[in-house]
Amino acid sequence: MADPTKNKDRLPPEVRAEALESLLAERGLIKSEVLDGFINRMVNDVGPMNGAKVVAKAWVDEDYRAQLLADGTGAIKEMGFAGPQGEHIVVVENSDAVHNVVVCTLCSCYPWPVLGLPPEWYKDPAYRSRMVREPRTLLGEMGLDLDDGVEVRVWDSSAENRYLVLPQRPEGTESLAEDELAALVTRDAMVGVAKVSAG
Amino acid sequence: MDGIHDMGGMHGWGTVSIDPDEPVFREDWHGRAFAMGAMSMGLSGTNLDAFRHGLERLHPYDYLADGYYGRWLACAETLLVDSGVLAPGAVDARARNLSGESVTEPEDVEENKPVYERGGGGSLREIDDPPAFSVGDRVRAREIRTDGHTRMPRYIRGHTGTIHAHRPAALLPDTNAHFEGENPQHVYTVEFDSNELWGPGAEAAVLRIDLFESYLEAS
Repeated sequence: MADPTKNKDRLPPEVRAEALESLLAERGLIKSEVLDGFINRMVNDVGPMNGAKVVAKAWVDEDYRAQLLADGTGAIKEMGFAGPQGEHIVVVENSDAVHNVVVCTLCSCYPWPVLGLPPEWYKDPAYRSRMVREPRTLLGEMGLDLDDGVEVRVWDSSAENRYLVLPQRPEGTESLAEDELAALVTRDAMVGVAKVSAG
Repeated sequence: MDGIHDMGGMHGWGTVSIDPDEPVFREDWHGRAFAMGAMSMGLSGTNLDAFRHGLERLHPYDYLADGYYGRWLACAETLLVDSGVLAPGAVDARARNLSGESVTEPEDVEENKPVYERGGGGSLREIDDPPAFSVGDRVRAREIRTDGHTRMPRYIRGHTGTIHAHRPAALLPDTNAHFEGENPQHVYTVEFDSNELWGPGAEAAVLRIDLFESYLEAS
């Protein structure tokens, strides 16, 4: 029997992408420069560096932290970050008692304005299937061991709300300036699969 | 629909590893597929919910084999063919010709874009109806079973939880994906205990998920 997992008649995706682009371009429906613009925005303008600035500001500015937790979308927009997949952003805060982690089991919804496009592990069926069922075990496999007393809260982003984790500020960073703190904040900590370390 | 995309709680997928040096787009075509996927909604006269449903409608073998950007590419083709912007088989024929074969490309077909009312941009909507539930209310997730689009995952259906938060109202993906109206409604974050979802002996955890008002009934 033929291998059912391979549709042998279908050409590789890189060729089909080229074919689709040429068909749409010759109909005047897309321009190569417009595609380049989409790509450049996702590569250069959005990404975890945006979320890291939000987190660092919340660590040094108590009023901003309160505003961020009360109205994530507004507080993030104040920093200049908004756009697709950021219509309503909810920020959830980690503490000694609570650890938050975000998943999308149905597709791979992710807060683009503050984190950019999701990494491969976030889109992996193993992550999407297991994070809602055995989060502590999976976090351990991903390198984050939580104390037994910590409550694990898993957020499945199944509608249009997007979630950003506010990680704990690591000890030993009291003397650092806001931009130095932002440099420590990782994408993985803002999804909730890692903690921020002092470097 | 009860498809391969609805992965919450499935067994057997193994572990997850993080590549700390992963680029935004690993291959050039990933970026092109992403951009064309994003543009395909406007070009086909559809919407984000129809796009998500397009991903779900891929054959399960293809869904897994294509990977994330392969799915975006296949979904873009699906929506554009559904709307008659491209003829069935046009992409395959062009791809063969680009690969050195010489095949006849199909004639253009008549456009067939969906006609429906839109209540504005994005997904959030202002509504006047008072919310049916309040924070702290016990609710049961209805046994929604449809071969169309829904954002009610299998692992939640039939289970009882507590309203954790009231979120901004949004259009209902279940109807919007099929161009049957936006039906905007209240959205709630509902909290479920892991034992309720996965039975006794489940790993201790709290699960919070965003559900549309019509997905819920008082418990």
